[in-house]
Amino acid sequence: MPHKIISLISVGRHPQSGRARRSDQDGRAVELGLKLSGSQLEVVHAGDSEEPVLRQYAGMGLAEITILEQDQSMDAVASLSTYLASRDADIVLTGVRSESGESSGMVPYILAEALGWPLVARVADIVEIKDGTAEVLLALPRGQRRAATVKLPFIATIDSAAQEARQSAYGPGLRANMVAQSGANELDELRANWSEAPAKPRPKRLKMVKAKTAADRFKAATAKPAGGSGKVMKNESTEEKAQAIFDLLIEEKVIR
Amino acid sequence: MVIDWLPSVLIVALLALGVIGALRRVNLWRAGQPEKVNLIAGLLAMPNRYLKDLHHVVERDKYMSRTHVATGGGFVLSMVLVLVVHVFNVQERIVAWALLGALALMLIGAFFVFKRRLNPPERLSKGPWMRLPKSLITFAVTFIVLTLPAAGILPEGTGGVVLIVVLSIGIVIGLGELLFGMGWGGPMKHAFAGALHLAFHRRPERFGGGRSTGLKPANLEGAVIGVAKPSDFKWNQLLGFDACVQCGKCQAMCPAFAAGQPLNPKKLIQDMVVGLAGGTDANYAGSPYPGKEIGNAKGSPTEVITAGLVSQETLWSCTTCRACVEECPMMIEHVDAIVDMRRFLTMEKGETPNKGSEVLENIIATDNPGGYAPGSRTNWAADQNLAVMKEKKEADVLFWVSDGAFDMRSQRILRAFVKLMKHANVDVAILGDEERDSGDVARRLGDDATFQSLAKRNLATLGQYKFKKIVTTDPHAYHCLRNEYADFDANGALEGVEVLHHTTFLNQLVQSGALKLDAFKGGKVTYHDPCYLGRYNGEYEAPRELLRSLGIEIAEMERSGFRSRCCGGGGGAPITDIPGERRIADMRMEDVTETGAELVAVGCQQCTAMLEGVVEPRPEVKDISEILVGQLVEEVH
Repeated sequence: MPHKIISLISVGRHPQSGRARRSDQDGRAVELGLKLSGSQLEVVHAGDSEEPVLRQYAGMGLAEITILEQDQSMDAVASLSTYLASRDADIVLTGVRSESGESSGMVPYILAEALGWPLVARVADIVEIKDGTAEVLLALPRGQRRAATVKLPFIATIDSAAQEARQSAYGPGLRANMVAQSGANELDELRANWSEAPAKPRPKRLKMVKAKTAADRFKAATAKPAGGSGKVMKNESTEEKAQAIFDLLIEEKVIR
Repeated sequence: MVIDWLPSVLIVALLALGVIGALRRVNLWRAGQPEKVNLIAGLLAMPNRYLKDLHHVVERDKYMSRTHVATGGGFVLSMVLVLVVHVFNVQERIVAWALLGALALMLIGAFFVFKRRLNPPERLSKGPWMRLPKSLITFAVTFIVLTLPAAGILPEGTGGVVLIVVLSIGIVIGLGELLFGMGWGGPMKHAFAGALHLAFHRRPERFGGGRSTGLKPANLEGAVIGVAKPSDFKWNQLLGFDACVQCGKCQAMCPAFAAGQPLNPKKLIQDMVVGLAGGTDANYAGSPYPGKEIGNAKGSPTEVITAGLVSQETLWSCTTCRACVEECPMMIEHVDAIVDMRRFLTMEKGETPNKGSEVLENIIATDNPGGYAPGSRTNWAADQNLAVMKEKKEADVLFWVSDGAFDMRSQRILRAFVKLMKHANVDVAILGDEERDSGDVARRLGDDATFQSLAKRNLATLGQYKFKKIVTTDPHAYHCLRNEYADFDANGALEGVEVLHHTTFLNQLVQSGALKLDAFKGGKVTYHDPCYLGRYNGEYEAPRELLRSLGIEIAEMERSGFRSRCCGGGGGAPITDIPGERRIADMRMEDVTETGAELVAVGCQQCTAMLEGVVEPRPEVKDISEILVGQLVEEVH
């Protein structure tokens, strides 16, 4: 029996131009969905059905996109949780966080809580779905992976390490069906109370380059920070552990 | 005599069969998409197009042009007279003598065709084409003998039945090739399809010394965008493919073919013929696509081309340098066809190879192929004190900076050009951050939707300001602005505006005395013609004149001017990066080295990047504006 997979998509924002675009991680969520269930994949967006960016997702070869029509000031979570509860899906794929709006990364967690499903964070790939469980690869820093087995149904957030979204083709995107239905009308109060201001660039801590070889420099330039100075404390006393945490907080200037 | 009637019956029968075949062929072309052509005007213009434009191209090879005049002219004349003498039985001696003269002319021509085919160069197709000179000679000899009695040289009835039978065989062989073969897809098809192709050409502006190089806009509303199947081509494009004589001049000039990439323009056109007629390429007797065997391609008018007829890498190997089009004696438009098929791959399949998809996504999101912040477009000019149109509103010259603004090497060219303009006190302004990518790369990669969107937005910006000239250092942007934007310029933003390449503009400044330059004292210099400046826009002279004004005697490369070899950087080729055995830029640098030049002058940032990418030791590469800046006479105040 084919599994029912739903990819959630949002309107992204290009980091350089600030222009609306297909969100990078959501694109990967659609890509993974297409890999798992091909044309059976259901793609859902809560927002405006006239949004041109949706055509960029559709250009990946989607025949249709379901839109839960709602105003920008409304809460997407309300629409999505009602819709997902009615769909009986096996896996819901989303990006880790959206590129626009609050970008809190909370949507998948709130959805998981509302549906009572487990949430699998930062998935790089779903290798196989068999007998009601899925074999999942989680993304870790420096290209490492952790294998995990998860019972269906679940929500997965897709890491930037997952397979890149395929090229969007103009023609199919233009011709795809935008199936709109009305979404929930629940004001996003949290958002409404926010005021937005352009971010000030924060000063960055300069890194001392200790690398002596090209390979070291390459590693330093490409690797994600793995918190190299951390240490595992298992056998120490509770006081010692607390002291270590306290020292770190002071060192990082969290407390003064 | 009993079978005296046989020759005339055979002539009429073969003529009729030829006509039937021709009608069948016409039907194959009609499978294509409609395209408005003025049929009557085209037919009327055809003889002139043949005698002048086509012949102008053939004339580059004197041997072949004379041979063709004798053979073709002799044949057409004798065919008319054959009908007069042998079918309508006109008994005038003078007509018979005229026929003998025409046949003799044809025989001489055919002899030279024969001679060329004794040891044919690699570019020529073999197969049925090897048989052609023999058929031509058979035709000429047969009708000479058949006409001798009518001319009064031999008495009527000489030779009896035996001779008539022998001559009848000759008629079948000769006319079979020339009339029957013409309609049914033999080598002589080129005469019939070629004549009509000239009459109904999709770019009639090319004739009479004109130039037509801008791509036609894609229809973005159709059920399929671009060309998926042969029947998606316009009918006169299909007709054009059928006109191919397989002379292989395109193949000999193609940089991708020479680099061992899987493209051969001749084979591509022949594959299109296979597609429009249906079948396989098993009968193709020319050079293959490098690295691909012949015999595996099959197709039909209603089958997707890239699903078995032509591989995608073949289409992406093209640099759109237009060397094949320039060289084609039949004036076939290879580049149009390739981009048409790329449009399908990009806009319908989303299968632009390698970096193609990333570059297109960048262009869509940031209006430049590198994905840089649009607000950083003018960073290069921070120290240039350049007026921006947004504030100035009006200037004599609008300097179109192009995406070279984001590339540190190209910025050197931009700065040099600005310095020259300042020196000549040109009233100049730039668009600054309002400028966008010209759309050249997107269009050549088959994304016409993005090109059209960029063109329209750029035109809307240009329409807000007043200027007399647009000058750019980038021949690709130059080509788009000059030849391709007109299709979208509904509000006349570029009306009455002169679009110039910086070499043309600088040459005007130097000739008018606005720029004073010292003589150049370096070593030997050669000049590389950028495709989009030369073949696309016909500007060969201005850059050369500029170099000469520095006292430089240009050491020309063997392939220069309209035969210049591409640097490998056009058509998105560095982005799609189809592997070959050699790099095109390396081959071009070999051309440069052969002249013994220490410096190669270029008029294009893309060419500069490609040629500088060749490993050292190699001659230095400089844009002409950089060379000029070095020779500026600074006035002392």
